[in-house]
Amino acid sequence: MKEVKVSARDVQVYYGENHAIKDVSVEIEDKTVTAFIGPSGCGKSTFLRCINRMNDTIDICRVEGDILLDGEDIYDPKVDPVQLRAKVGMVFQKPNPFPKSIYDNVAYGPRIHGLAASKSDLDAIVEKSLRRAALWGEVKDRLNASGTGLSGGQQQRLCIARAVATEPEVLLMDEPASALDPIATAQIEELIDELREKFAVVIVTHSMQQAARVSQKTAFFHLGNLVEYGETSQIFTNPVDPRTESYITGRIG
Amino acid sequence: MSRPRTSLFDITPRTRRRNAAEKRFRAYGIAAISIAIAVLAMLLVSIVSSGAGAFRQTYITLDVDLPEAKLDKSGTRDIAVMKKVSTFGYAPLITKALMAKIEQMGFETPLKKKEIGGLVSKAAAAQLRDYVLAHPDVVGTTQKFEFLASGRIDGYMKGRVTYESAEKDGKISPEQLRLVDALVADGAVVKRFNWAFLTSPDASGQRPESAGLGVAILGSLYMMLVVLLLALPIGVAASIYLEEFAKQNRWTDLIEVNIANLAAVPSIVFGILGLAIFINFAGLPQSAPIVGGLVLTLMTLPTIIISTRAALKAVPPSIREAALGVGASKMQTVFHHVLPLAAPGILTGTIIGLAQALGETAPLLLIGMVAFVKEFPDAPPEGLFDPASALPVQVYNWTQRADPGFVERASGAIITLLLFLVIMNVAAVLLRRRFERRW
Repeated sequence: MKEVKVSARDVQVYYGENHAIKDVSVEIEDKTVTAFIGPSGCGKSTFLRCINRMNDTIDICRVEGDILLDGEDIYDPKVDPVQLRAKVGMVFQKPNPFPKSIYDNVAYGPRIHGLAASKSDLDAIVEKSLRRAALWGEVKDRLNASGTGLSGGQQQRLCIARAVATEPEVLLMDEPASALDPIATAQIEELIDELREKFAVVIVTHSMQQAARVSQKTAFFHLGNLVEYGETSQIFTNPVDPRTESYITGRIG
Repeated sequence: MSRPRTSLFDITPRTRRRNAAEKRFRAYGIAAISIAIAVLAMLLVSIVSSGAGAFRQTYITLDVDLPEAKLDKSGTRDIAVMKKVSTFGYAPLITKALMAKIEQMGFETPLKKKEIGGLVSKAAAAQLRDYVLAHPDVVGTTQKFEFLASGRIDGYMKGRVTYESAEKDGKISPEQLRLVDALVADGAVVKRFNWAFLTSPDASGQRPESAGLGVAILGSLYMMLVVLLLALPIGVAASIYLEEFAKQNRWTDLIEVNIANLAAVPSIVFGILGLAIFINFAGLPQSAPIVGGLVLTLMTLPTIIISTRAALKAVPPSIREAALGVGASKMQTVFHHVLPLAAPGILTGTIIGLAQALGETAPLLLIGMVAFVKEFPDAPPEGLFDPASALPVQVYNWTQRADPGFVERASGAIITLLLFLVIMNVAAVLLRRRFERRW
């Protein structure tokens, strides 16, 4: 069994009166791809956004319970969400590069966190991140071109490069391939598998095939509850809960 | 009921009605636009036709003797002594020069000396005196000068004054106009472009020919400077706070409603406020650009806040999420990503707010900017406290004066004001194009 990276205990999330996440407890392992699956509105994205406190930006959102990163409570009042987000990177559903050059997109995180002492350090970080995101070959001759001029798949890989450039320990991905064509999706999935060597990756996906292909662990959410969590192979072949079985066979969702 | 089989070439009554309705709607649209353009054209034609004359002015060129006996009896060229000769000492010299000119042309006229002198503007004597005091060496010589013609002569050159109107006019006679005709034929009287209209200060009701917009333009510029320096930072800071940092609750709702209401408050109310607070309470001087600027700042703030908030709202939330996601703080997110993307919208809003402020008249009347100001204000910042006029107020001022020469001046001032507004709006459009980014 691998080391536990993120551990959630009895997490409740409220949007105003709406109880969006109920009693979720889960242990996410390091150097593992964990997939969150479930029908729309089941709370999987909400829970994902709790892990790097992106929900803080929503005024009416309230989070209860504990989420620990390496045993430290990320909702402790002493924790600055900025430092947390440097450790827990995020890739969003829609590719959202900054309307700046490719280089500046990747260099932004290292710059604001002071990770590069010199221009050459920064160049090295940018190259390494773009290589990790399997984008270097395509853009190395036009690093000063605008990031928004890339194709959808390239934009998403640029966002992944931007996220890994700050050397996070956990990478959250919210349906990273949902806006992409099958070829770009395959590239992203391959990439996720490689990223597993360095990070704990948590991916929210609507595609069960994708979850089965890329993840080692799968969590199934339904109506704000974590219904079942276990080895991906076990969830897809031999689910314990009847709701999980209904979902993966296409009866609910 | 199933659809009957029809040919595509037969137009059904329903389709015909639909097409007719569409045609009617297009016709309404074209009619509406035509009316708008026609009204605009009428406005422009009427203003330009009555105001274009203000940019051309009639001048009389004369060789003036500058006798030492009159101008510097002491013969020392001591400026302090020479200053004792007032403009009344200089005016006869001009009349004499004009009479010499008439004699040289061989033109017979029954006009008296005073009537001949009346062809030249009352401002001419001061012009001559200023020149002589600045160049004392010219005393004792004969120099060529170009003087403003009087308002009536200028009106004659522009077709405003005719022989018929001169019959009934106490200030000009047909005989004088005949003399002008002769001077024009000689080349001594010419009409040419008039920079002085834009650079010289206002003049008294007796001499429309020398009235200019200099002080008004400078006063308006000073006020815009104050508005820009105050309203832009305050407005943008307030907008960023309300839009990006403040929690949405009853208080922010209340503030939002109040800002929207402020934008709709009649401008004269801001004038009363300015009078009460800045002049009566804070004791700032009347007629000063600083007070006008402060009042206009109050007026412009809501415009800037509303447009800035709209520009910030238009920045997609995904950009904020992206920045927060890589660990940028709230402020870094705003200043590195949101603000640059909103900048074109903010600039446009600011320029439109400034343009609005530039044309505002009512509040300035209340804080005393309607006063007759002939002295140029000093350079800022001290000059902000000197009395000054403003473009729209100058228009208002000139339309109040009796001499018909001022009608032309007022229209000319309107053209100038409109030109400034057009330039500002074009700048707004260009800036928006230049900095617009897509995401």
